[in-house]
Amino acid sequence: MQKLLTWIDERFPLTALWESQWGKYVAPKNFNFWYYFGSLAAMVLVMQLVTGIFLTMSYKADAAHAFESIEYIMRDLPWGWLIRYMHSTGASMFFVVVYLHMFRALMYGSYRKPRELTWIFGCLIYLCLMAEAFFGYLLPWGQMSYWGAQVIVNLFSAVPVIGEDLGIWIRGDYTISDITLNRFFAFHVVAVPLVLIGLVAAHLMALHETGSNNPDGIEIKKQPKDPVTGLPLDGINSHPYYTVKDIVGVVVFLAVFSIIVFFVPDMGGYFLEANNFIPADPLKTPEHIAPVWYFTPFYAMLRAVPSMMGSQFWGVIVMGAAVMILFALPWLDRGAVKSIRYRGTVYKVWLALFVASFLVLGYLGVVPVTVWGQFPEGWPLLGTADRATVVSRALTVVYFLFFVLMPWYTARDRTKPVPERVTG
Amino acid sequence: MTTMSKFVPLLAAFLLAVSGPAAASGGSDVRMEPAPINRLDVESRQRGARTFVNYCLNCHTAKYMRYNRLTDLELTEAQIRDNLMFASAKIGDTMTVAMRPDDAKGWFGVTPPDLSVEARVRGADWLYNYFLGFYRDDASPSGWNNLVFPNVAMPHVLTTLSGANRLVTAEFEDHEAAQAAALAAKGIVVLAPGKGHTFVVKSLAGETPGTLTPVQYREMVADLVNFLDYIGEPTKNKRLSLGLLVLLYLGVLFVFAYWMKREYWKDVH
Repeated sequence: MQKLLTWIDERFPLTALWESQWGKYVAPKNFNFWYYFGSLAAMVLVMQLVTGIFLTMSYKADAAHAFESIEYIMRDLPWGWLIRYMHSTGASMFFVVVYLHMFRALMYGSYRKPRELTWIFGCLIYLCLMAEAFFGYLLPWGQMSYWGAQVIVNLFSAVPVIGEDLGIWIRGDYTISDITLNRFFAFHVVAVPLVLIGLVAAHLMALHETGSNNPDGIEIKKQPKDPVTGLPLDGINSHPYYTVKDIVGVVVFLAVFSIIVFFVPDMGGYFLEANNFIPADPLKTPEHIAPVWYFTPFYAMLRAVPSMMGSQFWGVIVMGAAVMILFALPWLDRGAVKSIRYRGTVYKVWLALFVASFLVLGYLGVVPVTVWGQFPEGWPLLGTADRATVVSRALTVVYFLFFVLMPWYTARDRTKPVPERVTG
Repeated sequence: MTTMSKFVPLLAAFLLAVSGPAAASGGSDVRMEPAPINRLDVESRQRGARTFVNYCLNCHTAKYMRYNRLTDLELTEAQIRDNLMFASAKIGDTMTVAMRPDDAKGWFGVTPPDLSVEARVRGADWLYNYFLGFYRDDASPSGWNNLVFPNVAMPHVLTTLSGANRLVTAEFEDHEAAQAAALAAKGIVVLAPGKGHTFVVKSLAGETPGTLTPVQYREMVADLVNFLDYIGEPTKNKRLSLGLLVLLYLGVLFVFAYWMKREYWKDVH
């Protein structure tokens, strides 16, 4: 065995790669609950790839057979139902895990210097995931697949001047059709996963170059080395310590995942929508079209922006900007400290407002705009407007202010001194 | 705008966000009865299968469902062939009908939907109430209407069994009185906005009896819904029982994983 390894290492840096990426990687010893979600995201990615490969063996990317082939997988293919539920649950859980992972970065300032590129690769991964989810959602060819795709592609059609042609270019047709299904299939199973895997590799390589941040936001690389181990004082080898710790996280995650897959695979309509069990019908628009839950904060923003100069394009810009602004985060934050543990009240309040606005927007994106009724007549400015729309607008502003005002409130915030050593 | 008035919708937003999606539609409220079905009651599903092939499977298909899959319901292939299959279908075929979709559209105005996954679209409760919700309506083309599916194209094909119902409406000036009346009414109740600022409460009353008593008819419909629920996802029972085993396994695995983590981390201080 050792001989084989030596043979390989003389020709390919296998051991060096393993050691630099994980085997001899040194991580801070104080990772908490929030640090499970990176490895979990990697695991969900692998699960999606594997279940996805098996699904493509029986799925038919053909408007006349797509819906039927899914039911074939669910009924006639041995264990097909399990593979399909794992894939559909995996899609939603991917976003759950990634949102928690991103929130961790916000809390502990993991995006700050020197980890800007790790953050940017992460944002690109998030963009890819959104594309992957969007393309994949068309494939079951149910009513929600069809009309959801119709709505999203229409966003691009809202672009002034070139919009209409852009829409046709994306669909390959004047409406969502068999041609669209085929190209979305190609993107979903080949193009986007390829990019995704490359980005994940880059994300990890960048992280392992700078070293991990931690809940205290202390750079352990700047610490003196322990004379015995030669590691930074607060550093431990990720293997075996975080290997065995992450395995515990994986088992707990799989338990939650299994509860969904085996007991509530629809998640009350949030993971699999009831209307998507109706085959796509281009002639029948469903009464209420809502995207899947992970897109709803952005969808709520889109709906909140009023049509101006006869164009819905402003909403599209706002929605796009809401995602793109994440990229700028490392340069917007001018706080003296990284971690929320040593930030002042002002940052904490802003972060809380940001999270609250994201969650409430997420809720408002699921429900019809009439959900809270209208303001009574006679209210100044608001008279008879949908309450939900007004709230969405206010929260969209809060969402953006979190970023736009960040250079000021982080610089002026009263931070606490950061200790030399991690606090556990 | 005062600070307070900015705050109220925000607060409302929080409260509603944690309470989950509210069923707030601008239109009418329907009170349905829960479907009394039991996924483990195989005999109920067998009876439902018989009703399904006799009454539904003439116009509706279940084209993703294979006959021989009904062995799930503890039926032998011979029993399926003798009791549930007609015409020239083979045991491995799916449940289709001879009626052509275009003909159906000409006769009913719409093609009767495939029922394979109907229970996943509508839910068992809706289906149960749908079968109980038919009433005579001379204004509709089929002579029938339905409380939970207004202006449905499908005629009441089970009418010889159920008998016929008629619609009972009551109009109220204020919402509270209408709600009180709706609460007092039996069975399915619809509370809808009426003309002007009035409220209408709709419910059903028996007109002519059928060959089954109301209780027998409900049992029959429950069996049918139980069967529709089964064909919506034939693997459901297997999925649920397997889930327990998987969780049990993960529970054991957790003990080992946690123990291993603790052992290794003993030397981290």
